[in-house]
This record gives sequence, structure tokens and C-alpha cells, in this order.
Amino acid sequence: MNLTIKGRTLLTSTVNLWRYASTKPVEDIKKLVTNNKVVVFMKGVPEQPQCGFSNAVVQVLRMHGVPYDSHNVLVDDILRQGIKEYSNWPTIPQVFINGEFVGGCDIILQMHQSGDLIEELEKVGIRSALLDKNEEKKKDSKNK
Amino acid sequence: MNAFKRLNLWNVERCRMSTNKNPIESSITNKLQELKPVFLKVINESYMHNVPKDAETHFKVVIVSEDFQALPLIKRHRMVNDILKSELQGGVHALSIVAKTPDQWKDEEIEPSPNCRGGFGK
Repeated sequence: MNLTIKGRTLLTSTVNLWRYASTKPVEDIKKLVTNNKVVVFMKGVPEQPQCGFSNAVVQVLRMHGVPYDSHNVLVDDILRQGIKEYSNWPTIPQVFINGEFVGGCDIILQMHQSGDLIEELEKVGIRSALLDKNEEKKKDSKNK
Repeated sequence: MNAFKRLNLWNVERCRMSTNKNPIESSITNKLQELKPVFLKVINESYMHNVPKDAETHFKVVIVSEDFQALPLIKRHRMVNDILKSELQGGVHALSIVAKTPDQWKDEEIEPSPNCRGGFGK
């Protein structure tokens, strides 16, 4: 009798431990996504992305001159799983602005093309470097 | 008898495989019918990646549906992701999505050709 109870407690604690260990706790992820205005979960690091989709996101953010936090999911399987569950989004990369999940590569690219990205960044107080470039171009063409 | 049976089973298996060469691609195509697409293209882009030949790991889906009307991009993508949940949890690990309404698709199709730059009959 005593033995079965002991066995059961052992089992539940093991299961709980496994659950805890296999995916990142929500609070931890919340801290990560709110730590900076823009946060990216990607494969590889910005200097050396290890996936074409992650690379595309990095390039777009670089064009806009956006400072951001990046997390490499390839070196952290628990984070890789945890972030997918947190945002209910099945693929990497994932971009968060102001703690809100914005989208993956396709959405960031389309927002870049439509100009929505400039607006979204402005909302959180980031001025896109592309705006400055556009102004310079205008000045140049006036001077000519 | 046993050997014959095994051979027969092997043959059946081989036939089945040859008629369904791209099981994941067809399953994606079938499942997305749920959105009543007026245009649907499922492209296997796996060959562009470092995976075995004939792999079904990387896909691009171009889908045009009335159901996307008035929905932001992220919701459209979520609809597609949800429908393809089991594929994404299985072997598919990249899914690029272009989701448009018939109106947006029309715009795309009639996009003007590049302007003539005067190289002709000046």
C-alpha cells in the first residue's frame, strides 16, 4: 500500500519534472519577448544566419536600422519548442514588436514591401533608417 | 506460400508508392480545399535545401480564397497553419505562405509590364 503511494508520487514528480524541463516556462519567454522593443527568434545569429528565412528577416531589420534582441533556437531545443507554443506559430523565424508576435518571414517581408513595417516601428518609437535614406534621395534630386 | 505472399505484399506496396509519390504535397493540396480556393499552388521547394532528393520538407503555398476577405495577414497565415497542423508537426519544417483574396489576386495579375524605355522607333 505504502509502496504504491510512494511509486505514484515518484511517477507524478517525474512527469512534472519532465514537463517542466521539455518546454520553456511561459514567464521566461514573456521576459525574453518584452526585454527589447524588437525581439527575433531565429536559426543562427544575425552575423551568420543558418536558414534563408531567418536571413531574410535579419536583412530587412538591418535595412531599417532596427536594434533588436536575437535568440538562436538551434542551440536551445527547449526554447525552440517553447516559443512555438507561446506564439502558437509553427515555424522559425518569429518576430516580436513590443512583446506582441508580429509574424514570420513572409509577413515581415510583406510588411517591408507595403511600408507597414515603418509604421509599426514608429508606433514603438523606432524611426526606420529607410525614412532618412528616402529624404536624402529627395534632397539629392533637388540639388541636381 | 509465405514467400509468395510476401512478394505480393511487396508488389502492392510498390504500386501504392508509385501512384502516390508525393504524399505530403497531395495531403496539403487536399486539406486546403477546405478554404475553397479559387487558385491554389503547392510548391515543393525542398530541392533548394540540404535534404535528401525527393524530400518533402520545405513548401510554398500560394492560395487565393474569398475566406481571407477583411482578415489581416497574420490571421490568414494562422488559418493555413491550423489546417496543416499535422504536416507541420510531422516532416514539414518550412512553409512559406502567400494568402490573397480574389480581388488582390486580380490586381496582381494585371500589374502593368515595365515601361518602354525608348529603345524602339525613336
